[in-house]
Amino acid sequence: MVTCLADLMRPSVGFSAIRLLERAGCRVTVPEQQTCCGQPAYNSGEIDAAVPVAQAVIETFEPFDYVVIPSGSCAGMLSHHYPALFEGEWRERALALSAKTWELTRFLTEVALLPAPKRAALEAAVTYHDGCAGLREMGIQQQPRQLLQEQCGVQVQELTENQVCCGFGGTFCARMPEISGKMADDKLNHAVASGAKVLAGGDLGCLLHLAGRAKRRGLDLEIRHIAELLAGNPKGPGIGEGRQ
Amino acid sequence: MKVASQDFLQQAHEALRAKDKVERRDLLGQFMPAARDAAANAYGDFDGLRAHMKRVRGHTTEHLAHYLQQFEEAAVAHGNQVHFAATAEQLNSTVLSICQTHNARRVAKGKSMVTEETGLNELLLKAGLEVLETDLGEYIIQQAGEAPSHIVGPAFHKSLAEVRELFLAKHKLGERALESVSDIVEEARGVLRERFLAADVGIIGANALIAEHGTTMLVTNEGNGDLCANLPPVLIICTTFERLLPRAEDAMALQRLLVRSATGQSHTCYTSFYSGPRREDDVDGPLETHIILLDNKRSDILASDYHEILDCIRCGACLNHCPIYIGVGGHAYGWVYPGPMGSVLTPLLTSLEQSHDLPNACTSCGRCAEVCPANIPLPDLLRDLRQEESAQQLKPARWRRGLRLHAWLLRQPVLYQRLTGWSMSALGLLGKRRGAFRRMPFASGWTSQRDFPAPEAGGTFMRQYAARKRRGGRRG
Repeated sequence: MVTCLADLMRPSVGFSAIRLLERAGCRVTVPEQQTCCGQPAYNSGEIDAAVPVAQAVIETFEPFDYVVIPSGSCAGMLSHHYPALFEGEWRERALALSAKTWELTRFLTEVALLPAPKRAALEAAVTYHDGCAGLREMGIQQQPRQLLQEQCGVQVQELTENQVCCGFGGTFCARMPEISGKMADDKLNHAVASGAKVLAGGDLGCLLHLAGRAKRRGLDLEIRHIAELLAGNPKGPGIGEGRQ
Repeated sequence: MKVASQDFLQQAHEALRAKDKVERRDLLGQFMPAARDAAANAYGDFDGLRAHMKRVRGHTTEHLAHYLQQFEEAAVAHGNQVHFAATAEQLNSTVLSICQTHNARRVAKGKSMVTEETGLNELLLKAGLEVLETDLGEYIIQQAGEAPSHIVGPAFHKSLAEVRELFLAKHKLGERALESVSDIVEEARGVLRERFLAADVGIIGANALIAEHGTTMLVTNEGNGDLCANLPPVLIICTTFERLLPRAEDAMALQRLLVRSATGQSHTCYTSFYSGPRREDDVDGPLETHIILLDNKRSDILASDYHEILDCIRCGACLNHCPIYIGVGGHAYGWVYPGPMGSVLTPLLTSLEQSHDLPNACTSCGRCAEVCPANIPLPDLLRDLRQEESAQQLKPARWRRGLRLHAWLLRQPVLYQRLTGWSMSALGLLGKRRGAFRRMPFASGWTSQRDFPAPEAGGTFMRQYAARKRRGGRRG
């Protein structure tokens, strides 16, 4: 599943994920009718609007062996929150989808392993932001660090307070922008203090929010999704950066 | 206490502008979680203890009537008088009438969030009584005329310099330096000792009610609770039924969880059990004791989908771990209980209409639930309240319409992809040079704080993917 944010804002995350999965020996399909997992409505309490979206996702992905998502929060939505939306037959279908849903980096370290890379190490100081849903709902913590080490030869320079939220929170960031901005600043200040030039993460929501704030503050940080780094030395601009 | 939660955003705005306070809270947000983690790790199977307590609480709630009766009978057998108060007003008037029966003039209070909730002090003061808070934090904020900013450390927001100024202004004790923390504590101690001895009535709260013995348990670090309980001739314990536990050993399990989660200590300086009035051969203790059990909508909560919030043991760990609480501080929440537990309790104990911003002051990051010693699914309860906000049409209408339109559009993949394909290509082209926009129509909430990153050039993923498949198809 390509998340709605990757689809709209950062297609290279989707293509990078496909390349990684193919390198790990998978046959990859992105169903044409997929759109989004329904988190915006769900997290904002519009549960009845989220239910038919979830049903459409369940139907769309039923024919596949695995559903792999380059996002901890969307994977968490399918794995943990869909089953809670339903009772009866739909709950069974939601549970079946939950059982085969994986976040990308965990899938690549536990199910379909990536072969050793044939390219040179990435020459960059990298820090990593753990998205909260990935960290707490999907158990994603050591996997991206391990992959960055094995695939890119990069040792992550850790952020202080790396288990604290960056302040994105879906609609929260627009409904309470001032508080959200303060939280982004804390995260970005830690990133700058880490000495890293690249801030990587597994969730585009967090990354777009942080990149937008970094741009506003004029910080010199390249912000990228981890799939872009793992798939090969990325050449295009980082998130929110221009082409000049 | 008057509810000001409807002004959360404005209060948060003001809190974020006071930079020295923001720095103090940031330190709190680093220190308290570190202390809690160290204590939980040193304990060993802390999660096992949490799960055990959850089962004990579940059992107690299931047999509430039984344990309540057992507690009452045992407490009465010890000579306590047990009162039930359905509302905040009833608790307050019960306390007042006890004070009036004894012609009391001076009341010494230990820290009690329940009496903050009912606004007891205000009523007693109006009735002409002298009311003195004796917990150091509560004493400080009482002198300053403020509300608690934290349920464990009510005066966490005050700096040493502010407390010094306050004491110099309020205490008529002549020239003193009050330069160190110990000078300040010593001064408060001196003032408070006099008042303990002069008090006619002592009021305290409870951390647990032990059904098998009819006793109440209180943990404090300052010992002020014991002085309030033992020196004045009349003791009133203000509490609520969700503190009830079957056995003394359950209260000890609670104590292990509570103290580590609250302050990172293995135990507080004092853990006290109060059984009732002085017996014939006792050398000290109150002559008369009252226990008032407040309901204030808790029976309704118990019967609702939010019943798990009644498992809260008031440790404050969810506050210390919440980046939003740390960001804006307790006063921004506008009532007695702030942070994640407060954002659940405030709408339930006051009204959602007045406080519906609070359940939205949450990114669903899950850190509160991760550390909650009572294993309360706080982010889920907050989401349920957001659902209720929507059902009661309290959410801003344009948000609601926008979210519902978006969800509808998601189920029309062809239309969705046509619309997004076109608009993202346009945005990608427009934003190619700078990589981001300073302003964006319909996204002022986003762009007030951040630039809007431009989509990558080349159109949406789905559009590019379809094009690749077509090309691949022709080739194949």
